[in-house]
Amino acid sequence: MPNFEHPEYPEATLLHLESMVPCRESQVSSLLSVFGERQHFSFPSIFIYGHTSSGKTYVMQTLLETLELPHVFVNCVECFTSRLLLEEILTQLQNLSSENKHGSHVPCDTFNDFVRLFKQEIITQELQNQTVYIVLDKAEQLREMEANVLPGFLRLQEMTDRNVTVVFLSEIVWELFRPNTGCLEPFTLYFPDYSIVCRDLKELRHLAALNFTKYCEPVVRGEANERDTRRLWKNIESHLKKAMQTVYLREISSSQWERIQQDDGEPGHLKGLSAHAHVELPYYSKFLLIAAYLASYNPARTDKRFFLKHHGKIKKTNFLKKHEKTSNHLLGPKPFPLDRLLAILYSIVDNKVAPTANIFSQITSLVTLQLLTLVGHDDKLDGPKYKCTVSLDFIRAIARTVNFDIIKYLYDFL
Amino acid sequence: MSKRKSKETSSVNGECISQVQRILRERFCHQCPNGKLFGVQLQYKHLLELLKRTTIHGESNSALIIGPRGSGKTMLLNHVLKELMEVKQVRENLLQVHLNGLLQTNDKIALKEITRQLQMENVVGDKVFGSFAENLAFLLEALKKGDRDSSCPVLFILDEFDLFVHHKNQTLLYNLFDISQSAQTPVTVIGLTCRQDILELLEKRVKSRFSHRQIYLLNSFDFKQYLKIFKEQLSLPTEFLYKPFTQKWNKNVQSLSEDRTVQDVLRNHFHCSKDLRSLHMLLMLALSSITVSHPFMTGSDLLEASKLYRMDSKANIVHEFQKFIQRKAHSMYNFEKPVVMKAFEHLLQLELIKPIEGLSVRAQREYLLMKLLLDNNQIMDALQVYPNCPTDVKQWATSSLSWL
Repeated sequence: MPNFEHPEYPEATLLHLESMVPCRESQVSSLLSVFGERQHFSFPSIFIYGHTSSGKTYVMQTLLETLELPHVFVNCVECFTSRLLLEEILTQLQNLSSENKHGSHVPCDTFNDFVRLFKQEIITQELQNQTVYIVLDKAEQLREMEANVLPGFLRLQEMTDRNVTVVFLSEIVWELFRPNTGCLEPFTLYFPDYSIVCRDLKELRHLAALNFTKYCEPVVRGEANERDTRRLWKNIESHLKKAMQTVYLREISSSQWERIQQDDGEPGHLKGLSAHAHVELPYYSKFLLIAAYLASYNPARTDKRFFLKHHGKIKKTNFLKKHEKTSNHLLGPKPFPLDRLLAILYSIVDNKVAPTANIFSQITSLVTLQLLTLVGHDDKLDGPKYKCTVSLDFIRAIARTVNFDIIKYLYDFL
Repeated sequence: MSKRKSKETSSVNGECISQVQRILRERFCHQCPNGKLFGVQLQYKHLLELLKRTTIHGESNSALIIGPRGSGKTMLLNHVLKELMEVKQVRENLLQVHLNGLLQTNDKIALKEITRQLQMENVVGDKVFGSFAENLAFLLEALKKGDRDSSCPVLFILDEFDLFVHHKNQTLLYNLFDISQSAQTPVTVIGLTCRQDILELLEKRVKSRFSHRQIYLLNSFDFKQYLKIFKEQLSLPTEFLYKPFTQKWNKNVQSLSEDRTVQDVLRNHFHCSKDLRSLHMLLMLALSSITVSHPFMTGSDLLEASKLYRMDSKANIVHEFQKFIQRKAHSMYNFEKPVVMKAFEHLLQLELIKPIEGLSVRAQREYLLMKLLLDNNQIMDALQVYPNCPTDVKQWATSSLSWL
């Protein structure tokens, strides 16, 4: 006895539908009751939203195909301009009831032409008596097209004076779609998440496929039986942690992962893509980078304290401590002039450094490596400003290789 | 014997319910022209008078119908046109051109559409005109039928009028209002818009040619009238085929309008938005629960529909916020920085946070200043509803958000 009741569709179809959409019965039954019978009118537009992989596209497609309702399915990321979108809809409409599945390409420039051609097409296809559904997936892209596309689709039923319903599928809430001067409000329907461990079905499927064999290993090895979930979990935990860092972040591909699984029991050191970012720098370049980091993250007024031999004591008074809202490390690097960089460099390098062209060219190579960035126009020859764009961990690693204690020189760690 | 009889009655019911659905759905979703108008008698008379003067007496005119979304502008116009078309003289002579700001996005397209709707494509042929004005003048000249001295009255209806003011130089509007003031052909221009400040958007030369006649539709009914509208919208017409059912249905509607729960639901709805379109959506949702086994609407149907209609969308989506909060929680989930970045980007994609406009575009991704687009109540609501939320996340959120 199916949960769905509908006067028009036979029970067998409804049972089949129910089996294909687990955990989504309430949404599907809302949709079924809103659609009504084939020839009845329905809402001019319906807006369905929910997280990634909450089943919106799948449910919509299954519903429309199982009940054999005339529909057009378009992805707005594929058809990213209005022309592509409108032509795709018209082409699919042509193919709805023709035997020749490759209908001729219908050129359609503007929404005006679209409305006219749509009306004609409905009559040629003899679909006046049924509701035609136009489903627009990834509907948030519609906001990037011309301003009349979204309000036009919302009112398509009124403008074409035909029985058509436009369904929008999106991850983003309706409030962010609404045009400034208002529009015809659609009926909004929410698809809540599946209530299992991982909220992202796609990721789950991906990771589960990869890790399931490993998960089963102890069982295969005879150490534990199937029900012994605790032991299985202990085995898989460290493994999943590593997976999180690598496959989840797409740093290594799934085929590499599978190969590593097969090779050994002990994964060893997994080199992901980000591990390759480590570079070997010449001696002075390392100091240049350290000087740049210090220049970016220390305020200029504290240079005296860190880099002069006879400096006054700068204590962080209580006043300063109370009013220090954010550390410089949270706000990001600040730009500094070239002179300051060189001054700091001279003070941190032990032996005398001559300002030769060699040094300057090393600065430029650091910029090319994107460890420094040039701020402002590059045609300002006498006073270029730079910014240091490496992270604290990176610079600590570099400083360690030259035996330089960078933490002592950072204002935030005083 | 009795089985067959019950089958008959049930099949009658099935067909009957289907017809009920058909009629009411058309009324709620598609604004059929047979619907009734509420509370706009004065405006109706005004508009009818105006159009009669054009079509029967040959005067040119212009008017704007102004009202918020869903207040019934298009419906009003359609009703007036329907009544007008019952006069033989009008039916034979009046030419209508319906333009829509969403469809005709520039003047060239608009002119082509006008030509097409006046069915003058072969008359114009391949002629090239110097300006918009020439083209329009040619069209109107060509409207003069053979032996008649005067040409047929033309009615230009501009939907989404406020979009036409953004065209270059407002050429179309200028020319239309110009001919409505000066030409021999009786021309009336009616604009429909939702913007109340529409007159300020018109250029000076366009404004001076406009007659400044404005018809306002302001949803100016109170709750008692709203209840009456509810009753009338839900009732079946007396011409409906299944007479005994109609009587039962209408009696049910009457009792619904007197029921306390229903009145509360409607009052809540009324306070949020008065316009009829949202009432129609509510009724449509309630209607979709009517089936053969449940042939009469109940108060709970309306209550369900009301809940479905106004779900707070953001509270649902905020669950993703959890991942972001976990960065700071000292829990056993020690996430590495790149994992947190991926979750952060997901939040950005969901548009729960947005970068502040106008700051340097060249700032690094991690250091862009962002703005949170939710408020604390929404976050707290989401935390209540989120299943399996780690307790330390909840505690952290409660402690830091509660003092605000």
